[in-house]
Order: sequence, then C-alpha cells, then structure tokens
Amino acid sequence: MSDQNLYERYHRQVILPEFGEEGQQKLLEAKILVIGAGGLGCPALQYLTAAGVGTIGIVDDDVVALNNLHRQVLYSVNDIGLSKAKRAAHILQQLNHEIKIISYNERLATQNALTLIDDFDIIIDGTDNFSTRYMINDACVLLNKPLVYGAISQFEGQVSVFKNKNVNDVNYRDIFPDPPKDGEVLNCAEAGVLGVLPGIIGTMMANETIKLITGIGEPLVDQLFTYNALNNQVYILNLSARKETRSLIPKSKKEFLQIDYEWLCASPVQQAEIDSDIFNGMVAKGNVDVIDVRELHEMPAVNEFNHIRIPLAQLADNTSLIKSDIVIAFCQSGKRSLQAANILSGIFGERKKIYSLRGGIVEWKKQKQTV
Amino acid sequence: MSLKIILFGKLADIAGGAVSVENVADTDSLVNVLHRNYPAIAKSKYVIAVDKQVITENTILNKKSMVALLPPFSGG
Repeated sequence: MSDQNLYERYHRQVILPEFGEEGQQKLLEAKILVIGAGGLGCPALQYLTAAGVGTIGIVDDDVVALNNLHRQVLYSVNDIGLSKAKRAAHILQQLNHEIKIISYNERLATQNALTLIDDFDIIIDGTDNFSTRYMINDACVLLNKPLVYGAISQFEGQVSVFKNKNVNDVNYRDIFPDPPKDGEVLNCAEAGVLGVLPGIIGTMMANETIKLITGIGEPLVDQLFTYNALNNQVYILNLSARKETRSLIPKSKKEFLQIDYEWLCASPVQQAEIDSDIFNGMVAKGNVDVIDVRELHEMPAVNEFNHIRIPLAQLADNTSLIKSDIVIAFCQSGKRSLQAANILSGIFGERKKIYSLRGGIVEWKKQKQTV
Repeated sequence: MSLKIILFGKLADIAGGAVSVENVADTDSLVNVLHRNYPAIAKSKYVIAVDKQVITENTILNKKSMVALLPPFSGG
C-alpha cells in the first residue's frame, strides 16, 4: 500500500494533536501479544488491528463453538470447529494487510509462556481461567513485560494495567495474592455472561494498550477499574503493592517452569477419592473404566484387574479411549490420579463420574496383602 | 453507626445486593459480622477497599467510610 493510502487509513487518529504521526509510528513499531481470542480477545484484536499495531500475536488452542458467537463477534457460523487463533489471524489480516499477525494455535503453558511472552512488548490477558491468568501475571513480572488485564463475570468487568517495570510496581497478585480453587469462582460457561460485556471490557483493554504504546492519557496503572453493565456503575479502586507479593512469584525462569499452575487452582476432589475397598466393589460391579495414569515403564505392574494405560501427560488428548460413564484413575501414590480426575472432570463435567484411587496402587497392593 | 457495604459479583448475589452493617469500628470487625451473617462470603475470595483504596491490613472505619468487597473474576 502506498504512503498515501497509509496516511488515509489512519488519518482520523493521526490528526488528533496528542496522537499525531509520532503516535502512529509507535503503534507500527509495537509488538502486542493477545492471549485468548475469545470474548475479550476478539474486540481487543479488532481495534488493535484497525489502529495499526505493527505486530500482533494471537495465542489460543481452542476452536470456535456455536455458543461463542453471541460474544466473540469476530467469528461466524462458518468458523465453527476451526482454530480460533488461525481464524482470527485470517479475518484480522483482511481488515489490515499492512501489519504482521502471527497465530499460535497452542495452549499457553509454563513450557512455552516465557518464550512467547518475551518476543512481545505488551501482553493482553483475555483468558478465561485462573491458572492461566496467574501464570501470565507471574511470567510478565519475571520478564518485566507490561500486562493489560481484563476479566468478566455475568454483568461485571474489571480492567487494570500492570507495568512490571520496577520491583515495586503493582501486579495482579497485589490484589488477589493466591488463585481461588476451581469452583470457588464461576467462569462464563457456568455463570453466564452478557454478550456485550466482553465487547466493552475488551475494547477498554485495547484502549489501555494504545495509551501505553503511544504514551497518551493515563492508563489504569495502580488502579482496578470495575464496570457494571446493569446499572452503569463504574468504580475505580487504587491499588498498592503488598510486601509479601514478591515471595509468591517465581524468582527465576527455572522456578517458573517448576510451578504447576493448574494444580494451584485445582480443588481437592476429596469426594471423588475412593479407598481400596470401594474401588474393589466398583470394579467387581463392572461398567467402569479404570485408567493407570502412570508412565508406561512404572512398576509395580498391575494384572489383578482390567484397566487401560494413559500416562497423565497424554490424558487430555486420549479421552476417546474412555467409554464408560464411571471412570477411576489410579497412579503410584494417588497424587497424579487426583490431577487426572481434575482434568477428566474438566473435560467431561457432569457427563461422567470421575474417581481417584486414594493412596494409589501401592496402597491398594498393601491392602490386598493384609486381606 | 451504620455502614453501607458495596458488594461486587458473586458476593452481591450471596447477600442479595448491598448490605448495611451496624457498629463496626474497623475492617476486621466488619469482616467478622459479614462472615457470621453470610457464611458463603467467608468461603469466598475477595479484596476489601476502603474509600476506594484496596487495603491489606486492618483499617479503622468512620461513619463516612465507603467500603467495598470485590471478588476475582476469571471470565474472558
């Protein structure tokens, strides 16, 4: 596109005295990573693309579903079942050919988070769960990356900007030091959300990002903005750093890699833990899938009852192997199987009853000997 | 002294909107009263703001104090 066309494309914002050609140039040079191309990510992406942010990364491993369309307005019915990151990149590129859009069709995890985040100037958190949100916060603090945070529930939204430049800059853990457990706070799928709400909050996140890049106005640094879509109440809280926050954030990349963020947020599924006696009763009754989630080489071998072997790391990708409505996971000591039960509960929800063998196969073999 | 407490998100659902609390000298005693009246709030994560400042330790309240309780949101 010619310079004349570029001039025309951005004309209405370039003529703003505070913004000018200098502001446009800063946008063009900026690299922004949007994590989550859902309710918040879609509007944020649309406005950042339209505004001319030079490089935009999109991270999402999810596919478009029909029940996304009431709020994730970037997508259409033809996109159902397709990768959100890829579809978003394709659709956005049509809006603006002049910028670079990179799609990462992968789930953000500790293994890829630091590498991905390090490549960008500002990170936008549009994810839908606490484990990823705390992971992003910690990674941004560790890498000194500014983080634009937004979250929604039902009719209410929150927005904040964490600069993460200096040691004492406020971050998300200064507001909520520890993640809530699963189920303590409902997500959109459980609690519902008004479709327009993420449109408002996601657009605000794009606005905060543009302010950060261009240096105009006053971004929500050290502030938590809250909005209620039902009564239009806006409430801005002032935040300050807590002394103890630093101790909650990993101090090195190595330490970061060792944190299991999903486990931090997983609620102990005590009710779904069963002891050897109950386990034996359920297996005898039949109509149950027993899964060994240990690595394939782990001993002791089990030949006392029928079971399938899916190591924990491969569990989420192999749920098609699970046929029965009752599922019992076991491992060596009962710890990994509890994680497995959490993963399976997340996937199957109410559709299957998921249990974990308390004490693992070691305890089960011990009980068998005493009997 | 009656203080009106502004509740956000799930906390408002639990209490059925904003609540008024009588005779509380500081945020610790306010929390005690709220937890006694609404056990579900005791089980929830939230942050307290007094006069729009998020507080991290017990804070003296006066009759003009504006107190708000906010839960974390995860939705996106």
